[in-house]
Amino acid sequence: MASQQFCTFLLDGYLFGVPVPQVQEVIRFHEMTRVPLAHEVVEGMINLRGQIVVAIDLRRRLALRERADGELPINVVVRTPDGAVSLLVDEIGEVIEVEQSSFEAPPETLRGEVRSMILGVHKLEGKLLHVLDTEKACQVSERAQAAVSGR
Amino acid sequence: MDEIVKDFLIESNENLDRLDQELVKLESEPSSKELLASIFRTIHTIKGSCGFLGFAHLEKVAHAGESLLSLLRDGKLTLTEEVTSGLLAMVDAVRGMLGEIQATEHDGENDYPELRDQLKLLQGGENAKAVPLPVTASAESHAAAPVATSAESGASVPAPLSVGSAASPPASEIRILEVEPAPQTPPQEEPATPPSVATAPSHRPVAGKIGGILVERGSVKAEDLATALHEQEIGDQRRVGEILVSLGVCTREDVTAAQQILELRGRESGVETVRVGVNLLDKLMNLVGELVLARNQLLQFSNTAQDAGFHAVSQRMNLIATELQEDVMKTRMQPIGNIWNKFPRTVRDLAHSCGKEVRLEMVGQDTELDRTIIEAIKDPLTHLVRNSMDHGIEAPEARKRAGKDATGVLTLRAFHEGGQVNIEISDDGAGLNADRIRKKAVERGLTSSEQAARMPDRDIFNLIFLPGFSTAEKITNVSGRGVGMDVVKTNVEKIGGTVDVQSTAGKGTTVRVKIPLTLAIIPALVVRCSGERFAIPQISLTELVRLESGKAIETVHGAPVYRLRGQLLPLVYLSQTLNARKSRKDETKTEDQTLENEKETALGNVNIVVLQAEGQPFGLVVDDILDTEEIVVKPLGKQLKGISAYSGATIMGDGRIALILDVLGLAQRAKVIAEARESAREEQHSETSKAESRNDHALLLAENGLEGRVAIPLSLVARLEEFPRTVIERAGTQEVMQYRGQIIPLVRLSAIIPATSDAEMLANANSIQVVVYTEGKRTVGLIVDRIVDIVEERAAVESLAPRAGVVGSFVTQRHVTDLLDVPAIVRSAVPGLLDAAEIEAGRT
Repeated sequence: MASQQFCTFLLDGYLFGVPVPQVQEVIRFHEMTRVPLAHEVVEGMINLRGQIVVAIDLRRRLALRERADGELPINVVVRTPDGAVSLLVDEIGEVIEVEQSSFEAPPETLRGEVRSMILGVHKLEGKLLHVLDTEKACQVSERAQAAVSGR
Repeated sequence: MDEIVKDFLIESNENLDRLDQELVKLESEPSSKELLASIFRTIHTIKGSCGFLGFAHLEKVAHAGESLLSLLRDGKLTLTEEVTSGLLAMVDAVRGMLGEIQATEHDGENDYPELRDQLKLLQGGENAKAVPLPVTASAESHAAAPVATSAESGASVPAPLSVGSAASPPASEIRILEVEPAPQTPPQEEPATPPSVATAPSHRPVAGKIGGILVERGSVKAEDLATALHEQEIGDQRRVGEILVSLGVCTREDVTAAQQILELRGRESGVETVRVGVNLLDKLMNLVGELVLARNQLLQFSNTAQDAGFHAVSQRMNLIATELQEDVMKTRMQPIGNIWNKFPRTVRDLAHSCGKEVRLEMVGQDTELDRTIIEAIKDPLTHLVRNSMDHGIEAPEARKRAGKDATGVLTLRAFHEGGQVNIEISDDGAGLNADRIRKKAVERGLTSSEQAARMPDRDIFNLIFLPGFSTAEKITNVSGRGVGMDVVKTNVEKIGGTVDVQSTAGKGTTVRVKIPLTLAIIPALVVRCSGERFAIPQISLTELVRLESGKAIETVHGAPVYRLRGQLLPLVYLSQTLNARKSRKDETKTEDQTLENEKETALGNVNIVVLQAEGQPFGLVVDDILDTEEIVVKPLGKQLKGISAYSGATIMGDGRIALILDVLGLAQRAKVIAEARESAREEQHSETSKAESRNDHALLLAENGLEGRVAIPLSLVARLEEFPRTVIERAGTQEVMQYRGQIIPLVRLSAIIPATSDAEMLANANSIQVVVYTEGKRTVGLIVDRIVDIVEERAAVESLAPRAGVVGSFVTQRHVTDLLDVPAIVRSAVPGLLDAAEIEAGRT
């Protein structure tokens, strides 16, 4: 049975995973430049050795609770067809290997946009590993937020 | 593909481009022996290489052209328009076949028998005049044949903005037709030495210094050469090589070898050049960009360091990096002539098809521009040229009537000015008719008639750049379809350029395009606002104003303005324009901050960056003005592309990122200028979306039971209907009714959201109120007790305990009202009606 390696991380207590080949690197803390007017899930941009990378707050993207003040997120830089994107997560976990047999599609009760970003779960002992569709997660509507112009 | 074939393609395509020009030029100076010789050489080289590489069909066509050319060269035939057209058609055919080779490595099935016949006919000289061969006709014959002509065959391909690159035949079509591949000669020899040089000595290239090479190689003695040259002087018609052979001082093989060397040297002569891939240059440019960034960082370090040695090293590094940057930028520079080269041909063909006489003059072909910019302005320029030809320059009779020379003059002029390149396209045609444009503009609703009357002519002329504007009285296949000028403007502005038009009635029109030299590294002003730095391209910067006190700022009904030398300058606060949203956590903080900023500006210093957007000056108020710096423009991630306020980002000396402001987008966002430049369709789109959003806010209020109040977004309501109770029928357990020829299921709201209702009253009511809801093709009727009102405003919706079919509750008209989730209600009430997979398990 085919097995797959996942780079895991925590988001609001949930265990998430991204296939290892999709992960470019993990950076603990990085200075962030905010982008006013950007989509709310865009936390800012980071300078990754001369490359400008957009950082997406995964908690917000997945409609989870806001991170508490003072908690520094971790950048998981993933490769996407449109270049590298940094996903902000709470905590990085270990790399784990799972069998394809433990995989199951998300239940029907998982609804909305979030469903499109979660491919399914691997049933691990005592916990569930959510498999993130990185490409979908990085697809943020290009439409800028409505302008609130001056007077 | 073989290297050898690739080289052949590159070389031949370059030669063909030159050929186009030379042929057009030859038409005006038919006696030029030099031009003829050069044209002949080019075709000969192509023919020779073809024979060598095994492109038989291509060789045939080139041969037909060569035969015709040799008659011209020998003075046995005079150049007529037909002959030129024939030769141009031959060039097109050759180009088409080269494109074919590029795509399939074979020269295709078509060996252009008609074209070759024509060329042969033309060899007959005077007789040929009876067989007209206009370019358009030949282009048609190409179209009929499987191999496509290049888009360059001019008027026959009237796409408004797409004079495509030369080598783009629809390869797929031809591949199917391929039966036998052309024989391929193994590439053993240099392509530069076509065998025909040896076999056809009469056609060999100029043997100018063949003697010198022979001497150099030790094949002949200097004295023998002198003798041979003397022979020639006293009247020997033979070439030096032949004389030497006949004198018996060297063999024919020696001469042939020397000729080959000469050919090779001929290419290498002049400045030594190397072909370098564009990819490599782009990569170099990127690396230099990185180096510039590192240099900036280093300099910042060195400013704080005390070490004198470190200072010296970083200074030197600074100089070297600057020089390197300049030189690498230079490698990407190309003369604008490279794209103008196509225009003589375009103009000639267009003039023929429009029945006009036009002379093209070009000034400043050597003006250099960055490669990417050259690419970007190619189409807009072509369009402008076409436009001038079609609308600007009048027909010969009209010109004569106006007392002008029958031949119109189209001038292209390029020159550097203030770090920018100016390109002017001027014609001496009829000029723009201001009154007609005014009328058109009012007709199209682009401006009001009072406004139009007030506008100076200069502004009126610039209206032609608005989308959907065309004053052409007849729509031709060249231009005049109302698309184009706005596209030109958009494309030029995309690369940070501007377009301006000036015109004098009866005298002509000049379109001036101003573009930056390069895009990759630009000078920019760095400012600070709300704690972040932003870069503003120097190009849109007019001046900086610093006010000691914010008191000088006045307001026009709330809109801040500043009197700049007596003129009111509208002010835009960068913080406000950008602070539309900060991260959620900071929302409250931000508001305070903005207030603080305002207070600050009211009391303290105000920094105003005066910018220009579409000719409209405005002042951008920022917290701090830092410095000007050379910045390396980096593209924004896909997630940020949609924000018009930024054109990119850059990395500052300290390694942090700064956004580059798009002045035009910013001005639009701040409503300094209208968003008129967006295409008409987009405008329409935004209008409908505005209408939608209005609907989004409108809510239909209805009663559910005695106390319950519900709201349905009006945008989800197709119709409101009242029916007698008797319309309700049953299909199985489902209540249905006939509605507009359909059977639609009915859903009772009270069944979904339980409410205490006056059962007796309901039972006695004679009519039902139905909210008709349509999703896709399916229609559902929602029965409510009573429709109350439609309200526009919406208070914040709070989500109390989750209930099926309810999004949340809010207060309107002093009632707590439930906002219904209509799609969910419909799905749960009529499962299977809509996409079954969409049914929400939890809500049934």
